[in-house]
Amino acid sequence: MATTATAARAAAKPATRRRALGRRLQRPGAWFVLPAVALLIVFFTYPLLSSLWQSFFATSGGVSTWVGLEQYARLFKDPLVGKSLLNAGIILVIQVPLMIGLALGLAYLLNQSWLRFRSGFRLFTFLPAVTTLVAYAVVFRVMLATDGGAVNQLLAFVGVAPIDWLNNEWWARIALIGAITWRWTGYNMVIILAGLQSIPAELYEAARIDGAGRWQIFTKIVIPQLRPVLIFTTVTSTIGALQLFDENFILTEGGPNDATLTPVLYLYKVGFRQFDFGYASAIAWLLVVITAIIAIVQFRLMREKP
Amino acid sequence: MTATSALASVNPATSDAREPAPAGRGPALQRGILRSPVYLALAIASVISILPFAWMVIASTHQTSDLFGTPLPMLPGGELWENLARLQESVNFSRVMFNSLAIAVVYTVFSSIVSIMCGYGLATYRFRGRGVLLGVVLVTMMIPMQVLLVPLFQMMASVGWIDTYQAVILPFLANAFGIFLMRQGFLDFPVSLIEAARIDGANELRTFYRIVLPVARPQIAALVIYTFISQWNAFIWPLLMLNTEDQYTVPVALNTMIGMSRVDYSGLMLGSLLATLPLMLLFLVFQKQFVSGLLGGAVKG
Repeated sequence: MATTATAARAAAKPATRRRALGRRLQRPGAWFVLPAVALLIVFFTYPLLSSLWQSFFATSGGVSTWVGLEQYARLFKDPLVGKSLLNAGIILVIQVPLMIGLALGLAYLLNQSWLRFRSGFRLFTFLPAVTTLVAYAVVFRVMLATDGGAVNQLLAFVGVAPIDWLNNEWWARIALIGAITWRWTGYNMVIILAGLQSIPAELYEAARIDGAGRWQIFTKIVIPQLRPVLIFTTVTSTIGALQLFDENFILTEGGPNDATLTPVLYLYKVGFRQFDFGYASAIAWLLVVITAIIAIVQFRLMREKP
Repeated sequence: MTATSALASVNPATSDAREPAPAGRGPALQRGILRSPVYLALAIASVISILPFAWMVIASTHQTSDLFGTPLPMLPGGELWENLARLQESVNFSRVMFNSLAIAVVYTVFSSIVSIMCGYGLATYRFRGRGVLLGVVLVTMMIPMQVLLVPLFQMMASVGWIDTYQAVILPFLANAFGIFLMRQGFLDFPVSLIEAARIDGANELRTFYRIVLPVARPQIAALVIYTFISQWNAFIWPLLMLNTEDQYTVPVALNTMIGMSRVDYSGLMLGSLLATLPLMLLFLVFQKQFVSGLLGGAVKG
């Protein structure tokens, strides 16, 4: 079977396939996609439009009234929207470069052929990506307890006074950034590692023959070759930071003083604690617009030649 | 080069590192001194990665008071069964694990079938609206799912499904990422095989079932694992849907334990350990598929 497949793979050309299957087989294709289409209409297209529609209404006492763009006007006046975006921005600006940098460094070291225990190091640094999201946030919450938490006890070992991790605005942000970085660095490391392994060995050889040093090879060969992978990981992490919910919900519930409130957590609070569906829908669409902008930027960057 | 080999190659004889060592750069001793910081950095990274795991295991076998006492316990203790019993008593944890498993397994089976069929249809056939559908799938991947929360919540409330398994499972069965992953996989499928089957008189479904599925097994394995992980980790939607303890999934139950007036920390650590265990087992058994599934086609395998 396997050999037939390989031989056939070599022989088959996409164009032949299109022509051969095109005319005869209109209906079977439609049958294959039918379940997905039905599900997407009911559980994606409809709710998507419904939330847009609801963002033009205000509900009070069970009665909905058309308010036009008022919910969107509220977005700009609401200090918590500003703060949640600011928090996401702070996390993003610090966490994403930190994590991608670490992941790149790790991947680069773990790609050296002289390195011993390579698979062991890879396995260990990847392990955090195997944890359940809420579970790891719980573990960090327990470890970061101010009185006698494991982290503060470790710090006391080197003479650092206890830090009030989750009750101080900046420490809470740092704790959140640390937790996310712990969870996702290995994941990004593996993606970058796969990118590194697709760089042809001849490129290194050629650079070396031309007299390039380690640093030059890294900046002139490795980084440009990794460009698409780095853009991909950066954009995915950026969107991840923007849509952060699980970690800050468990670690800090958005506190203290809303220092770790993120747009999705705010959406959750407005929608499902205050049951202000109209406003929650407007927040949701703000998120859609921001994500779309990031996606367009990614698309542009990917197309551009370095 | 695939994402899987990035991690899963355990055989030191086959060098899977691509950056070759420069030849003849000084004596071995000098090299060793230059390289020791690298080993140190990697060792530190490994320790940081593992410590929270180790602590989770140690903490779940001790009393709560030990977790905050000085010195911290460095070895597993003897309180595992007591912690387990309390965990069972406070949130009915065996039921919670069962809920999580049942929801994740049912979701994985149906969502994978939907993704495989749709991906195959998109990659192999031409039909009206194919381009539109592909566009919708791509857009769905880009749109944050949180925008759907309010309308889906209302929908589930109006049909009286709040607090049921199906409310957690059904809305996200059509997984755009999974569909796209399968479409990319099937695009590479040798068409001559399909045509040969057809000439032999097999109908479309039989061709799909007998010829296509067996060859696509590795991609399907990655899809299945990716789908299972995403449902096992799911938090915000189950949190909105499930509101009686007997229906909770593991993440929702852990969240409830945090909010209790007297938090049972060692129980919480044990719960977190048990929440992570199924993913750990999957990882250890299916390392290759796990990695390519986790990356979800980020790097084409």
